[in-house]
Amino acid sequence: MSDPTKEWPLWEVYIRSKQGLEHKHCGSLHASDAQQALRMARDVYTRRLEGVSIWVVPSAAITASAPGSKDSYFEPAADKIYRHPTFYVLPDEVGHM
Amino acid sequence: MYTQAIDLPEPPGPLEAGSGPRSAQAAGAGSEAAEQERQQAFDAAIAADEKIEPQDWMPEAYRRTLVRQISQHAHSEVVGMLPEGNWITRAPSLRRKAILLAKVQDEGGHGLYLYSAAETLGVSRDEMIEALLSGKAKYSSIFNYPTLSWADMGCIGWLVDGAAIMNQIPLCRCSYGPYARAMIRICKEESFHQRQGYELMLALCRGTPAQKAMAQEALDRWWWPVVMMFGPSDAESVHSAQTMKWGIKRISNDDLRQKFVDATVPQAELLGLRIPDPDLKWNEERGHYDFGQIDWNELWRVINGDGPCNRERLETRRRAHENGAWVREAALAHARKRAARQRAA
Repeated sequence: MSDPTKEWPLWEVYIRSKQGLEHKHCGSLHASDAQQALRMARDVYTRRLEGVSIWVVPSAAITASAPGSKDSYFEPAADKIYRHPTFYVLPDEVGHM
Repeated sequence: MYTQAIDLPEPPGPLEAGSGPRSAQAAGAGSEAAEQERQQAFDAAIAADEKIEPQDWMPEAYRRTLVRQISQHAHSEVVGMLPEGNWITRAPSLRRKAILLAKVQDEGGHGLYLYSAAETLGVSRDEMIEALLSGKAKYSSIFNYPTLSWADMGCIGWLVDGAAIMNQIPLCRCSYGPYARAMIRICKEESFHQRQGYELMLALCRGTPAQKAMAQEALDRWWWPVVMMFGPSDAESVHSAQTMKWGIKRISNDDLRQKFVDATVPQAELLGLRIPDPDLKWNEERGHYDFGQIDWNELWRVINGDGPCNRERLETRRRAHENGAWVREAALAHARKRAARQRAA
């Protein structure tokens, strides 16, 4: 008999706390399938009404950017300060913009 | 390398994303120069108080010590459900029963957060459970003591959770990201644990003489084991120096212990209870409470398996694991059957 504990796959859990906000990653858990993962996520991650909506995703389905060189991967954005509103100096008379 | 099943893109060239000194992926040929560069990048991150995340390169010893610490922390939460679970059926009121149930549920959840954090370091849940049930892994010594009266529920909440909070708040700033985030979640939930315990003690101390005596008797039994929770003194602590260098441990055992005593003495005075330490005295010069000598023999005995409840705790966990096997198998069988039906449909 194969060991069943080895075979419950890992799921990542995302919770939306309030209507209108985005889902945020809050942790992971092992479950035998998606339905069970959802129920368990509710039991473990929403005991204090932390959410109105739960997503569960098999961890194996996630593709992540490599962290090692986040500097070089995101480097093109570093010298484009003209993307920020504060780059532009406007006279005071314009008022609020 | 096991990365919690999170896929990384194809190994990159030197100028592409995924290369660079901190990437675990770049740990290819492992030349000495590359190894040194990765170590320097890691050291710089620690020095700058940046977080280390699961796929970052890290020294093998850093990974090992975190696996040990986080998994043993997780084991402590789950084993810690047992001494309090003991009193759920005998809580004196529905309110107290509901509160105790909620607390024990929380501890189970805390175990999950911590096992999940440990799994990001490449150890499997099965390996960790096996280490606990075989007696190889340790858990907090405090849970090897029995809960003999209802007042023990108050002492555990007030003192044991109080000590845990003192230890856990600095861990929220630990260098390893998943551990720090798990600790933030845990600390939010932990504060009700201490408040309900203190409220329970207040109710007993303001009750009948017999209730107050029960509270005092419980404090007499729990005080020293709680003080020992902070571990050996700094000089004797094997892991402390290295874990502080790595940003895992932020405050020393002795400092945490002192903070705890200083905070707790006034709390005991408010309850009208006497702390069982004849050497406990306010030291005006130091600005702290002096307290008596800890019986280190007791701590090492309990840590090494010879406390009042060590065997019972492990037996209970082993039985639970064995008795639950059919549930785990059935859930998997059911999931597979349902998936097959859906494919056929």
